Amino acid sequence: MSASGIVARNTEVIERAFDIEGRSLWTDARRRLVKNRAALASIIVLSVIALVAIVVPFFWPYGYADIDYANIACAPDWWPGGDAACFAGGWHIFGMDQNGRDLFVRVLYGARVSLSVGVVATLVSLLIGVTYGAVAGFVGGRVDELMMRLVDVLYSLPFIFFVIILMVVFNQNFFLLFVAIGAVEWLTMARIVRGQTLSTKQKEFIEAARAAGLGTFATIRRHVIPNVLGPVVVYVTLTIPTVILAESFLSFLGLGIQDPLTSWGVLIADGKDHMETAPWMLIFPALFMAVTLFCFNFIGDGLRDALDPKDR
Amino acid sequence: MWPYAIRRVLGAIPTLLIIIALTFFMMHIAPGGPFDAQRHLPPEIEHNIRAAYNLDKPVWEQFLIYLGRLMHGDLGPSFKNHDFTVSQLIEVGLPVSAKLGISAILLAIALGISLGTIAALNQNKATDYGVMGLAMIGITIPTFVTAPVLALIFGIYGLHFFGHDFYLPAGGWNGGALANMILPITVLALPQVAIISRLVRGSMVEVLRSNYVRTARAKGLPNHTVILRHALRAALLPVVSYLGPAIAGLLTGSLIVETIFGIPGIGRYFVEGAINRDYTLVMGVVICYAAFVIFLNLIADILYALLDPRVRFA
Repeated sequence: MSASGIVARNTEVIERAFDIEGRSLWTDARRRLVKNRAALASIIVLSVIALVAIVVPFFWPYGYADIDYANIACAPDWWPGGDAACFAGGWHIFGMDQNGRDLFVRVLYGARVSLSVGVVATLVSLLIGVTYGAVAGFVGGRVDELMMRLVDVLYSLPFIFFVIILMVVFNQNFFLLFVAIGAVEWLTMARIVRGQTLSTKQKEFIEAARAAGLGTFATIRRHVIPNVLGPVVVYVTLTIPTVILAESFLSFLGLGIQDPLTSWGVLIADGKDHMETAPWMLIFPALFMAVTLFCFNFIGDGLRDALDPKDR
Repeated sequence: MWPYAIRRVLGAIPTLLIIIALTFFMMHIAPGGPFDAQRHLPPEIEHNIRAAYNLDKPVWEQFLIYLGRLMHGDLGPSFKNHDFTVSQLIEVGLPVSAKLGISAILLAIALGISLGTIAALNQNKATDYGVMGLAMIGITIPTFVTAPVLALIFGIYGLHFFGHDFYLPAGGWNGGALANMILPITVLALPQVAIISRLVRGSMVEVLRSNYVRTARAKGLPNHTVILRHALRAALLPVVSYLGPAIAGLLTGSLIVETIFGIPGIGRYFVEGAINRDYTLVMGVVICYAAFVIFLNLIADILYALLDPRVRFA
């Protein structure tokens, strides 16, 4: 066979190889996640809640701060039993709150606040945790020891107390709420990323990258972080509900979101105060919150199963 | 064991100091103070009040004064509850909180271990799915939802069986009467029961497959001996290492539960103290909680080593 024939054949093989669809970790994971019915259902439910929370308030006939003095704490029209003092009528499908505001739109605003706090604070913790963990794991040695010792000490502090004090001291600043919660949640993230980095940095491709002259931080960013993302993604989906809980916890104690803006924690706290006369004020926000937390947990479990290579 | 314990207690002192310093400086550097009243006091009187509580000195000097008094066990006077010292308030509140917390953790351990074991023994059967489903609910639904809902069901609607009405008090302490403790303890224990039963089920399933359990069965030991004496001991290790986080969770829960049920424990002091900027009270409660967490973590570590002979006191 002539030399040009060999080249032609090899070119053909290489070209064919380009046509083969690769099955990356992420394609595989997506396929398994979609097969997991609980996780898939959770994704759908969560998307619906988020979509409704974003879109519907624009069209809803009532605003979240509109007060209707004639209908204070009235039941929705369909409320069973005659124990309700009055019925709200109109589009008040979840009834009214103690100030005569439409509960449905308030629950949706609560969803906006709770979900955005969840996502943003988790991003804060992700940013801090991944950077910190990756640097500690990759640099190693004395630096690693020092950085992780700091994490250990911070771990043993009763952090929710500090968040409470922070919120009191700085007068319930909304932005600070994100930062405070995010700053608390990064510790576990840092530990996970560090552990993953320690095992990743032994791999040949890291050595190759360094041999090719890539600097430490570039290596971390280009090669280490993409390879530790699996467990991080799982942990992120489990952090979001924790953060939502923390925010609601603070709001419940009256230290988070302030009236007239609302979050699920505020709504549940109001509902608790009026549960004898207006139980819908407790039931609907609690239901929304519980469903959301369930969904995040199922998605987290599903992702863990989908990304766990031991299971193949 | 004793040298280890002593070393750990000594190691806890810096941690406590960091906690004290962080809390102190955060509260004192913040704008606003405990005596920012709505009505303005004459400047001389305000000056005198601030001087009486050393608030006119620089923050670092206040800190040193505070530390010095703390060495003598003096937590200072409460800024807002006049005529009470923080020690007096804590002396009243701590037994209440401790009674609730300890009952809740004991209940959670007992129930969690039994439920987890039952689920593991019936792996992938209806019982297993039932227990794990309940555990999922217990983990996802937060304390501040379960507390008012349970109070609504048992305290206000009541239960009606065979023509009798059953009610539990929906709040109050009543000197620690059993009826008043049932709901708060249940609410506090619920998430911990859920987590512990999941942990026990997981480790039990693994232990039941191990060789030494098979050996125990092969030599003809009765089923309950194999499970209670051999399998359970190994399966409990994750539970012991979970005790630290569990206690932290209980403390967080106690803030909510004491506020909702109106229980006069130190958790409620903390929330009220933080809102009122009662610096000394907040400091006192934080120190109290932190010492408690550190102490119980130490006990958990010692228990772990006692249960697992592979772990030595290092």
